[in-house]
Amino acid sequence: MKTPLIEFKDVTKRFGAKTVLDRVNLQIYEGEVTTIIGLSGSGKSVMLKHIIGLLQPDEGAIYFRGRQLSSMSKSELAASFARISYMFQGNALFDSMTVYDNIAMPLRETTNLKKMAIDRKVMARVKQTELTEAIHKYPSELSGGMQKRAALARALITDPQIVLFDEPTTGQDPVRKNAILSMIAQYQKKLNFTAVLVSHEIPDVYFISNRILALYDRRIVFQGTPTELEDFDHPFMDEVIGSLEALQKELTGFYTKRQFAMLNHVQLKRRKDENPYCMVVFSINRLDTIAGLIGHDAAQETLRHLSVFIDKHFGDIGGFSSRRNTGEIVTMLPYSSLAETQEILDNFAADFRKQIIPALQAGVCAPEGAQAVDATITAGIAEGHPSTDVDAVIARAMSQQKEIGRLSCAPGV
Amino acid sequence: MEITVGIDDENRNSLNEEQGLLLLRPFAAIGRRVIAWVGSMGAATIFLSLALIRIPGRNQLSRIIQQTYYIGARSITIIMLVSLFTGMVLGLQSYHALVQFGAAGAVGSLVSLSLIMELGPVLTAIMITARAGSAITAEIGIQRISEQIDALTTMRISPVRYLISPKVAAAIISFPLLTSVFDLIGILGGYISAVVLLGLNGGIYLHSVQTYVVLSDITNGFVKSLVFAVIVATVCCYHGYFTHMRKDSHGARAVGLSTTAAVVTSCVLILVSDYVVTSLLV
Repeated sequence: MKTPLIEFKDVTKRFGAKTVLDRVNLQIYEGEVTTIIGLSGSGKSVMLKHIIGLLQPDEGAIYFRGRQLSSMSKSELAASFARISYMFQGNALFDSMTVYDNIAMPLRETTNLKKMAIDRKVMARVKQTELTEAIHKYPSELSGGMQKRAALARALITDPQIVLFDEPTTGQDPVRKNAILSMIAQYQKKLNFTAVLVSHEIPDVYFISNRILALYDRRIVFQGTPTELEDFDHPFMDEVIGSLEALQKELTGFYTKRQFAMLNHVQLKRRKDENPYCMVVFSINRLDTIAGLIGHDAAQETLRHLSVFIDKHFGDIGGFSSRRNTGEIVTMLPYSSLAETQEILDNFAADFRKQIIPALQAGVCAPEGAQAVDATITAGIAEGHPSTDVDAVIARAMSQQKEIGRLSCAPGV
Repeated sequence: MEITVGIDDENRNSLNEEQGLLLLRPFAAIGRRVIAWVGSMGAATIFLSLALIRIPGRNQLSRIIQQTYYIGARSITIIMLVSLFTGMVLGLQSYHALVQFGAAGAVGSLVSLSLIMELGPVLTAIMITARAGSAITAEIGIQRISEQIDALTTMRISPVRYLISPKVAAAIISFPLLTSVFDLIGILGGYISAVVLLGLNGGIYLHSVQTYVVLSDITNGFVKSLVFAVIVATVCCYHGYFTHMRKDSHGARAVGLSTTAAVVTSCVLILVSDYVVTSLLV
């Protein structure tokens, strides 16, 4: 059996008479993105602070690669914590230092790197987090989003093996929320660190998480994949998920995966089997490459444009959509046959090429430039019947995907 | 005649016990405060020891120079102003007092000895506490409540080494230097009031200073200023560093209360330790 990277065994934490964590048991595995979800004030940040050693449990034990933290020597503890980086909820940027100095600080203080090497690393992170224009500014002169990115750049500057993100998207607008999450996902894949997120931005975090831990009533009530969470029957689902799922619509106007599945179920249950429906799957290919080129904000803005256009176009004829993952959107047309859907899609593709691509290329994504990258937008259709498995129809639609548009993006816009 | 109507022995015992506890309550409160105070003193001593141990280290010199500028160099103007008028008042008062006994020639020695042995170290320490000590507490307090200190810990940077040690070292460097500035300007102030304004012979004033001030007076003054430096730096840093542990308030209010507490405690400890050090040195 795989040894967890971090494990809590019956961890209890009290502040005075108040018990914040009550016999918490959890496992975090190496190389995964694990998200701890729960209501505000439920003790999620307290859990993170136990991992980094800022807080110690009153009862129970914390294990790091199978070894109990309390049994480690001071140097072993220091070596363990050296691999961990922490991004604070309130950013915790040093307000008397510029953005550059904030990001450079861990390197200056904990490594023997020369000034030039530090400068190279810092500037690379600055560029990746789109802070080039803000390097000489103080944190108080930055917007909330820029402060978050500066904190993210500082957390990643030492190439840590484990990064703890405490509410990384709090207070951000929907586009920015997704941009930050996509940035975390991209770096996690690129640098292969273990990410532990604390978030209540549900279901946005689903797209990047391998595992979800649900903290409810001072205990971990669920550990599993985002898909498994959807089938989890617990009061937590009504209280936490139900109240927070609406967030997704802020960005795209789309339904969440759960809502989409429910709508499918309702639509198909009352239909006779001879009445077909159609499923369209849209994909933006190379979204990550585009994000690296034009920035995560611009990439999310591109996705938002596409989402809004799909919702507008297909919503008018009774269709409803959901985002399946970072660059994939699925639309159900409950009352359209395959031929009708094909015609609708052709109209959509023509309008998309005529209206949206020029708008995007005039704004966030300039087409000119030697290093321009083409992102293709593909779409596929499949017909299904109420008795057919929805996932099989979606898979069929994916296999039928054809290019409906091409977006050429160049860096430095 | 003893009145015991309606009270049996058992009730009387319990009443006596309650009255006894009531009487002890003020002592218990004092005891609790004393225990808390002793605890704080112990914690502050450990805090100071850690800060002193961590003064040497990479990048520390530049931080110490920077802090010396903030604590020391930027306090010079106010120190000069205060010392000038302190010296002038001393010169004025002592001239009028001594002239009645025909001892106006001793004004120089009185002014200089008062300044070098007492007023210089004490007033300098109080002025730095008011100007830089309060700023130190507020700065560290804000860093604490905005999790900047926790951020240092997560980055494997010792907050004591990074934030506290340079301030303690800078205070140890700045206090004696500012005290000497205070002494010199104070003596000059005494000269202005006694010689320039009241007509005392300048040669007599300076001769009196030269004759009666000995090296041990100056070193004793410096010893005091070093003691005050350690006290002020420790108290101000300690109050800021543990702002989040305050039980009476949180956040910005806690920073305000910590700053007030740091200034008041520093001033009281300066005066108390002044007596203790003087009694040891005399």
